[in-house]
Amino acid sequence: MPLLGADMQAGTLVEWLKAPGDRLARGDIIAEVETDKGAIEIEVFTPGTLSKILVEPGQKVPVGTSLALIERDAEAEPEHVQPPLEPLPPAAGPAPVAAPAGGRQRVSPLARRLATELGVDLATVKGTGPEGAVRREDVEAAARVKGGPTEVAGKGEDRAAGMRRAIAAAMSRSKRDIPHYYLSTMIDLGRARDWLADQNRGRAPAERLLPAVLQIKAVALALREFPDLNAWRVGDAAVPKESIHVGIAISLRGGGLMAPAVHDTDRLSPDQLMHALRDLVSRVRGGALRSSELADSTITVSNLGDRGVDALFGVIYPPQVALVGFGRIAERPWVVGGQVLARPMVTASLSADHRSSDGHRGGLFLARVEQLLQEPARL
Amino acid sequence: MTHEEIRKRVLECLGKVAPEADLAALSPSVPFRDQLDIDSIDFLSFVISVDEVLHVAVPEADYGALTTLDDCVAYLARQLERSAEGAGGAP
Repeated sequence: MPLLGADMQAGTLVEWLKAPGDRLARGDIIAEVETDKGAIEIEVFTPGTLSKILVEPGQKVPVGTSLALIERDAEAEPEHVQPPLEPLPPAAGPAPVAAPAGGRQRVSPLARRLATELGVDLATVKGTGPEGAVRREDVEAAARVKGGPTEVAGKGEDRAAGMRRAIAAAMSRSKRDIPHYYLSTMIDLGRARDWLADQNRGRAPAERLLPAVLQIKAVALALREFPDLNAWRVGDAAVPKESIHVGIAISLRGGGLMAPAVHDTDRLSPDQLMHALRDLVSRVRGGALRSSELADSTITVSNLGDRGVDALFGVIYPPQVALVGFGRIAERPWVVGGQVLARPMVTASLSADHRSSDGHRGGLFLARVEQLLQEPARL
Repeated sequence: MTHEEIRKRVLECLGKVAPEADLAALSPSVPFRDQLDIDSIDFLSFVISVDEVLHVAVPEADYGALTTLDDCVAYLARQLERSAEGAGGAP
């Protein structure tokens, strides 16, 4: 069961799309699982033959559980289907200890408050803190497995409520654990707008580009020079990621939010990125995301310009260490060459983990994004 | 094509980008972006759908003419009329 979100603890196998004996190629969709964030397609990372299914539809299993065995090509030993990522390490602390029999249950104030927020019955929660104390992590875990081992997450309101809980848990944890700092800068998008107008003129609607594509590409290219912002927090260290997979925050109709990755964003042309963006939005809203898209993001870009927002200062999605926000593009008075002109301006912001970088570094990053957006033809 | 036929096609296109929306309740004189919670990508998908269904490739410069349902119908009727005139005048 792959890790598909910072606080994901378990998932429910919904359906196998391959049967024992089927040949599998890298990238094939082998199964569908249900998480708090909806149904996700599980990809194969090892070419071979599906030899045995280990988890049946309807079963809810913890992250890291082998779902099936795949016999690798040209190798005798079958391999367990494992996600490309390791589950997040459990919170530091002693091994689980049962609450003292007959004694009063020890519950941290934070865990008690969270249990109320998430509708978790503390009497059913097994504490992993000192002397069996129930901690925040225990309540969050209980919230995820609540409903029994064979329950498949429902549709409609149940799914929306599950997603709300997942977002609440991840964002609460982020705000508690990550010392955010925030920066913003105004960027003149005049050149980018003119370049886009030239590009789009004469193109069929299906081939047109949106300003968001240039913003995302500028962020991705800037990250090449700022690996400390394209990183995951693992334990006490920020580990820079080799690839740049920008997670795109996409709102869902009816509420909720997902931020799946566009893989190797920095290597895509604007046309490729536009195609990827449209495809991603369509599949997010159609419920057909792939596991790697949910698990691989190395930074998130959020754009609330369509909602009339001037600027946004987002909450970092762990284990990432930064988030870039864009507000609306609006005509504003701006001094250019000593003259006040009406220019299409956007506010770009950076939320970053102060354990991994400082404001000086973040400022240089935003300046680089701005610089790149002044040369749209090179994006 | 009559205005009613165009209106029906436009509603089909909107239904594709906002499948959960109650289009019967759409106020024809109020911007539909707000009513249907449509963002830039949704709007582009709508324009693509209009191109596919009505064969009118709305240029970016004319996006402002697609603000409300009534605006859309009026704009597309003009474009279809021009297109028909152009086709009729061709040698």
